[in-house]
Amino acid sequence: MRLNFTVNGRPQEADDVWEGESLLYVLRERLGLPGSKNACEQGECGSCTVRLDGVPVCSCLVAAGQVEGREVVTVEGLAEYAKQRAAGGCASGACGTGLQDAQGWQAKGTDSQTGEGTELSPVQQAFIDAGAVQCGFCTPGLLVAADEMLERNPNPTDADIREALSGNLCRCTGYEKIMDAVRLAAARQGEAV
Amino acid sequence: MDFLRPASWEEALAAKAEHPTAVPIAGGTDVMVEINFDHRRPEYLMDLNRVGDLSEWEVGAESVRLGASVPYTKIMENLRAELPGLALASHTVASPQIRNRGGVGGNLGTASPAGDAHPALLAAGAEVEVESVRGSRRIPIDDFYQGVKRNALQPDELIRAVHIKKADGPQQFSKVGTRNAMVIAVCAFGLALHPETRTVRTGIGSAAPTPVRAKAAEEFLNAALEEGGFWDNGRIITPSVAKQFAELCSAACNPIDDVRGTASYRRHAVGVMARRTLTWTWESYRGARRASEGAA
Ligand SMILES: Cc1cc2nc3c(=O)[nH]c(=O)nc-3n(C[C@H](O)[C@H](O)[C@H](O)COP(=O)(O)OP(=O)(O)OC[C@H]3O[C@@H](n4cnc5c(N)ncnc54)[C@H](O)[C@@H]3O)c2cc1C
Ligand code: FES
Ligand code: FES
Repeated sequence: MRLNFTVNGRPQEADDVWEGESLLYVLRERLGLPGSKNACEQGECGSCTVRLDGVPVCSCLVAAGQVEGREVVTVEGLAEYAKQRAAGGCASGACGTGLQDAQGWQAKGTDSQTGEGTELSPVQQAFIDAGAVQCGFCTPGLLVAADEMLERNPNPTDADIREALSGNLCRCTGYEKIMDAVRLAAARQGEAV
Repeated sequence: MDFLRPASWEEALAAKAEHPTAVPIAGGTDVMVEINFDHRRPEYLMDLNRVGDLSEWEVGAESVRLGASVPYTKIMENLRAELPGLALASHTVASPQIRNRGGVGGNLGTASPAGDAHPALLAAGAEVEVESVRGSRRIPIDDFYQGVKRNALQPDELIRAVHIKKADGPQQFSKVGTRNAMVIAVCAFGLALHPETRTVRTGIGSAAPTPVRAKAAEEFLNAALEEGGFWDNGRIITPSVAKQFAELCSAACNPIDDVRGTASYRRHAVGVMARRTLTWTWESYRGARRASEGAA
């Protein structure tokens, strides 16, 4: 079947989609967006987390056909999404992240030294600065989940952060640096306003 | 595989009548796991997300009409006062991502003995509103669970809503698992005090082939509370009464040994949860009584 939906603010079309495949598969294999990771395909790890009409979900558990006409934000579009949110919407009318840009997406700041890259969302920059990325496999899902929590709850307690990230597993960091990163992003967000 | 996309409830019923083997998919948190792992290859998948009123709820005078697809997150956020037991149970389901998608309709559709909504629904008292092109009926929750992962739905029927009695007293939910998030219950227990009828209702999860009530335990406790005038005098429940209630709850179990726990552990844990939830709810009932007397 053919699928039409919005990905990172731009309309996209996917062809030859099998009715039983997941949104995660469509994103990775049909649209060439490998940012959302496939680790368990059973909702346990959260590394495939995306926003579906604004709500964080495991894309491995959403059937492709269910996203027809709906809006998805993936980690590749997170920086632009955060930028627009900070600007209070899309002023130019040509916002969002195109498929090619998303496919070729790379972090501009790769570590805290070269991290002037304005292309990163605050939560992405905070993960780099706090050293919250090791192998990086869990990172995209955590970024999407953490960014959504900070949008809802700009001053989270540690318990709030733990709860919001309880659906995301990390095998490397032991979570402490991830907690630091989210606290850092929240603090910077507070300074900015 | 064919993907059916009914835009309304009537279309969904018509599609289900035409293709009784069609598998409805709401949040997909059970269905997609089965498809991803090739445990299930249905001929028809039927998306319910487009049927808007399945995601709505209404608070009535006596009960809440909860649309089948209302996600757990919404129950936790909006119905804590009316449905405290179900809100507590919802909060223990999986993770935020899963709670944003999964709901009670799917939990009832799967009818796993480990589903967390079931003990809360049994304790609160509920009816499942199901419908087909042949008509609509309401199934009392006590008759809904028919066997391991079997429910009372006919092949052409869909769950439209669940009518759950609004809380008239304190409710609790307790669940045993290896950690806080993302845990399928080893066993679970729901308890609701109903001061208006002076009754107590229970629900046991994951300790029998289906979710069950501990009816003998309820009867014993109802009689003991009545006899001792507890509802009126608000005294602390006698330890021997709580103990016997807990033992009768354990006895209502018919558990198995599996990877999550042994049968004897489950029986024991259900007794512990029964005693604790009784103490918590009763303390809260006494507190509310004292507060209202103090105000009078
Ligand atoms: C990682 C993970 C952790 C989980 N942890 C828990 C947990 O802690 N506790 C718990 O209880 N569950 C848990 N689950 C199971 C699942 O999330 C719940 O059972 C949830 O309530 C299912 O709802 P859904 O809308 O996603 O159902 P779906 O997957 O969409 O459907 C489930 C079943 O119900 C049927 N169905 C759905 N809607 C209807 C309807 N309106 N009429 C008729 N049939 C219908 C479907 O055909 C299917 O058979 C977990 C699942 C995952 C993936
Ligand atoms: S891949 Fe979706 S939760 Fe693990
Ligand atoms: S950094 Fe490796 S899994 Fe989290």
